[in-house]
Amino acid sequence: MKSPHISIPGTTIFDGSEARRGYALNKMCYSFNEKANRDEFLKDEDAYCTKYGLNAQQRAAIAAKNVLQLLAAGGNAYYLAKFGGIFGLDMQDIGAQQTGMTKDEFKAKLVAAGK
Amino acid sequence: MAKIVGVVTTSHVPAIGGAIHKGIQHEPYWKPFFDGFPKIREWLAKVKPDVAIVVNNDHGLNFFLDKMPTFAIGAAPEYKNADEGWGIPVLPPFKGNEDLSWHLAESLIGDEFDMVTCQEMVVDHAFTLPIALLYPDMKWPISVVPINVNTVLFPTPSAKRCYALGQAIGRAVEAFPQDLKVVVIGTGGLSHQLEGERAGFINKEFDIRFMDSLTGDPTWATQYTDRELVKHTGTQGIELLNWLTARATMSGKVTELHRNYHIPISNTAAATMLLEHAA
Repeated sequence: MKSPHISIPGTTIFDGSEARRGYALNKMCYSFNEKANRDEFLKDEDAYCTKYGLNAQQRAAIAAKNVLQLLAAGGNAYYLAKFGGIFGLDMQDIGAQQTGMTKDEFKAKLVAAGK
Repeated sequence: MAKIVGVVTTSHVPAIGGAIHKGIQHEPYWKPFFDGFPKIREWLAKVKPDVAIVVNNDHGLNFFLDKMPTFAIGAAPEYKNADEGWGIPVLPPFKGNEDLSWHLAESLIGDEFDMVTCQEMVVDHAFTLPIALLYPDMKWPISVVPINVNTVLFPTPSAKRCYALGQAIGRAVEAFPQDLKVVVIGTGGLSHQLEGERAGFINKEFDIRFMDSLTGDPTWATQYTDRELVKHTGTQGIELLNWLTARATMSGKVTELHRNYHIPISNTAAATMLLEHAA
């Protein structure tokens, strides 16, 4: 059997080790499926993060709304998307932020991939 | 006896839901994607499937990491869509086919595919949007059976295992005593990656090779591990496992009736295919 653990640049595989580190953060983001929870978060971000037991790294990443930091804190893209949704961020906003591009540059990169 | 009449595969990018809601399918950004569907709708109108088995992956609506099944099957009388957190409109509910669900569960578990059975399940964009693309009036003429493949938490099931599951679903359908026409829908993909410094990764060459493989060389993708698939198609491109599972439900010679491939829709290489048994 081939080793499953190959290294892919710029990519974190969300495996058991990430899932363990990120559980509280992902659980909080999962709760954002419900509008009442999104509203509660917006009303008192600090209290909401405390309720879910975020650690200091996760709390700081949420405060910074920084996707790479959220990933580094164990966040999973699918749950983080629900956090991003609260602020109306779409996938090109999130892509641009992570790659250090403007949104237009990121969109141009996507179009170029089709050439 | 039940029979599989064909396989439809399509991307399920959430933004498609927004485009449908706004009625902007004909705008230049969206047209190349939506143009992929009239031919499939014509085929559906001709073939008139009774049931759709929908191979898809939940994105954190029904399943969370507290309990993450590798393979699950819906066995509910009805499947509702719900708020996913970022505001795409909720689509009408889908009527389940409990007889077929339980038959599949019996048959698959008997065949050593240890499915998690779900008598309640909410369905997200991976399930709803492909069906809305096929039946745009949203009056669903089909009942449904969801099959869920974990693509969220690694390890995911291997491509090889997904292929074998698809084959087992195919055998189970053919052994179902009711006269039903079954369409199998595989959703997601193709290449895309949402997260990390590699966000925006797309691999056209790999996607084309994969789509080409589905007719004559369908086990081609089973050579890859889950991590290798991420390397070639991106962290979300691994949703091609749903395509592969769906494809494997068809035995014998398969012919491609239609394909569409367009980059980009959102961050995704958006692709659609229609496969049928060769005459």
